[in-house]
Amino acid sequence: MGEVQFFLQAMIYLTSAIIMVPIANRLGLGSVLGYLIAGIVIGPFVFGFVGSEGKDLLHFAEFGVVMMLFAIGLELELSLLWRLKFWLLGLGGLQLVLTTFVVFTCSILFQFSWKSSFALGLILSLSSTAIVLQTLKEKGLMKSISGQASFSILLFQDMAVIPILAIFPMLSDREISTSEHGHSLVDHLPGYQKTLVVLGVVIGIIFIGRYLLSPLFRLIAKSGSREIFTGASLLLVIAISVLMGSVGVSAALGTFLAGVVLASSEFRHELESNIEPFKGLLLGLFFLSVGASMDIPVVLEHPSKIVGIVFGIIFAKAIVLLLLGFLFKIPLDQNLYMALALSQVGEFSFVLFGYSEGLGVFEKETIVILVACVALSMALTPILLLLYEKTIFTRLQSKAPQSETNGKIEKEENPVIICGFGRFGNMVGRFLRSNGVGITILDYDADRVEMLGRFGFKVFFGDATRLELLESAGLEHAKILVAALDHPERQQELIRNVKHHYPGIQILARVGDREEAYEFKEMGLSYIYRETRETAVTLASDVLKLLGTRSYAAERAKNLFLAHDDETFQELFSLRKDRVQYISLAKQRNLELERLMFVDLGKEEELSRDSWSEMERM
Amino acid sequence: MAKILILLAHPFLERSKANQILLDSIPNAEDITLRDLYELYPNFTINVKLEQSFLLEHDVILFQHPLYWYSCPPLLKQWIDFVLEDGWAYGKNGNSLRGKKWVQAITTGGSREAYQKEGFHGYTIDEFLLPFKRTAELCKMDYQNPFLVQGTFHLKEEDFQRESIRYKKFILNMLEANHG
Repeated sequence: MGEVQFFLQAMIYLTSAIIMVPIANRLGLGSVLGYLIAGIVIGPFVFGFVGSEGKDLLHFAEFGVVMMLFAIGLELELSLLWRLKFWLLGLGGLQLVLTTFVVFTCSILFQFSWKSSFALGLILSLSSTAIVLQTLKEKGLMKSISGQASFSILLFQDMAVIPILAIFPMLSDREISTSEHGHSLVDHLPGYQKTLVVLGVVIGIIFIGRYLLSPLFRLIAKSGSREIFTGASLLLVIAISVLMGSVGVSAALGTFLAGVVLASSEFRHELESNIEPFKGLLLGLFFLSVGASMDIPVVLEHPSKIVGIVFGIIFAKAIVLLLLGFLFKIPLDQNLYMALALSQVGEFSFVLFGYSEGLGVFEKETIVILVACVALSMALTPILLLLYEKTIFTRLQSKAPQSETNGKIEKEENPVIICGFGRFGNMVGRFLRSNGVGITILDYDADRVEMLGRFGFKVFFGDATRLELLESAGLEHAKILVAALDHPERQQELIRNVKHHYPGIQILARVGDREEAYEFKEMGLSYIYRETRETAVTLASDVLKLLGTRSYAAERAKNLFLAHDDETFQELFSLRKDRVQYISLAKQRNLELERLMFVDLGKEEELSRDSWSEMERM
Repeated sequence: MAKILILLAHPFLERSKANQILLDSIPNAEDITLRDLYELYPNFTINVKLEQSFLLEHDVILFQHPLYWYSCPPLLKQWIDFVLEDGWAYGKNGNSLRGKKWVQAITTGGSREAYQKEGFHGYTIDEFLLPFKRTAELCKMDYQNPFLVQGTFHLKEEDFQRESIRYKKFILNMLEANHG
């Protein structure tokens, strides 16, 4: 391949990705599918821009997967694992075992050999970390029960990939080594010795990572420049891949281990951010080449078969998850969400299919069909979730606002409603409660709701931007509504709703910064609280004290500053559209404030005159 | 017509029946401005310029407060310390308050008998209020005898009613007094 030819290829790949990925994202399908579709489009069966080299690319792009595992390894902090141990092992472990078993049984019925069936079970038990985590993050459900449960399951799956990779060679019917690792040094060894060699290398990596890598990185960080560190990060990943390849094991396994070992080092975030862009692009390339190498004609020959398999997989996985969720006492609405969210097959299955092809675990044609099924199951996830949210989810939620509250919020008649019980709302609520004010609390974070319930707070789960929920929380009896939601947009929606339907209720709102405060003032609010204002000024006044200012003077300075800041805010509000004037007034007000402070702290000479003693002499 | 500025200083107004009653008896009039100092400055950081502008606009300054340890509550003392500035209220060119009336409306828990030479406290109210009198003099103000509600611990409902009417009259009298 000539140089021009190479760049031409790169152009085609990048262009297709740049076009397809945003479209897929916009449609809520996620970028993985975007890459896949882009690959299919440029592949030999649609436009034919790229042809047979899709396969070679696949091997190169698999390096993205290697990096992904390295990144996953870096994320695996022992403390996190420990915190989630119950769900991780229980939920995650059972999910994998049960799903594998179900798939295994089914495929045995379909006349597969037990080895292939077992391999298939393992492959299909995995879900797509990329799709699910992205969806959960976008929907803000990471901290909900379903989010945490999903995360635990995905984490377990990510970890399970390692033993799966190690088991796969043993599931091979042929005694051949993988083609993609070229000539491996352990070709001539029988299976069990191979496994021993692999174990040896793994232990070696753990030791090196533990005792050699951190000092090495420290040295580089001290003496080298930034790009040298990036180079070192890359070198680490590549070196481990080569090492693992030379003993005929997947490179992913090795880098994953290295990642885990380095997760506790101080370079964790640095490594992560260095690998990130490479990882992202190479992964993209990987999915692209999976798409490009997909044998569309074969897929088109078996449409009914594929549809059957896809729905079979989704159904089986969702049922297993539902059962487990039930077992682990996850509320029904959250449980259903989790089951649907994790019902697709993960992107790692592409890697495993590729790997097993080399090992000869499956027929080539089977792999083509299965890859198509996996891609389809991924494509269906966002659609299924959307359907679920629009129909059952909301109904379940309004019916069962979490925890022990049976059905709906019984008529509350507290004078104060607090929407959002995070950092901010929590303080508000605690203060009011300790002063004997009756409060009704709404929060959209299932976990938090449950936890606060254990602390004796009566918190209702629900989306405060929904007027009907507010009404059932006793909005018409309330005098005051404290708006303390996290997202400015949701805050605005809440305020608009309440102001429009219940203009008599006083709204006190938390905002982030000045700009946000202007927006809220524009909406007609008079009680607006910038979240960090008082805290920051309190800190600053403590700085004054530590520098030798007396406490009361510092306290006065604080109060003066805050009062002045309030006035300035009101003045600047009217000018905020006119940037030039705004800035000049802001400057002027700052000067004024400095003068004020000087006078108050008695730093003006003319104030030092002692008039009392003068008068007495008169 | 004189303009009256009433400066209320009570850290526990919610617990003082006497002061609440007095407060309720203040007539609503355009020439009466009420400033509740503890409500305005809970953190004791007084806006001196603002307070001075209020003083300039009125002829009678009425301080309503309970007697705490033979003096006023701390925020009022702080107000006096900060607002009555040298060169503004007293001292060289300090003539801003010249001729204005200084008067206090004071509630005491102890009875009238307790505040006598031979009473429990051993001194009269006037003697205890000497610092205020001297302050008014130094600001070239016209110090008036205080309005006293005494023995608040033992006042009955009808006593409160009586004191309320008396306070109202007291204020109206000052309102109508020819100023100048």
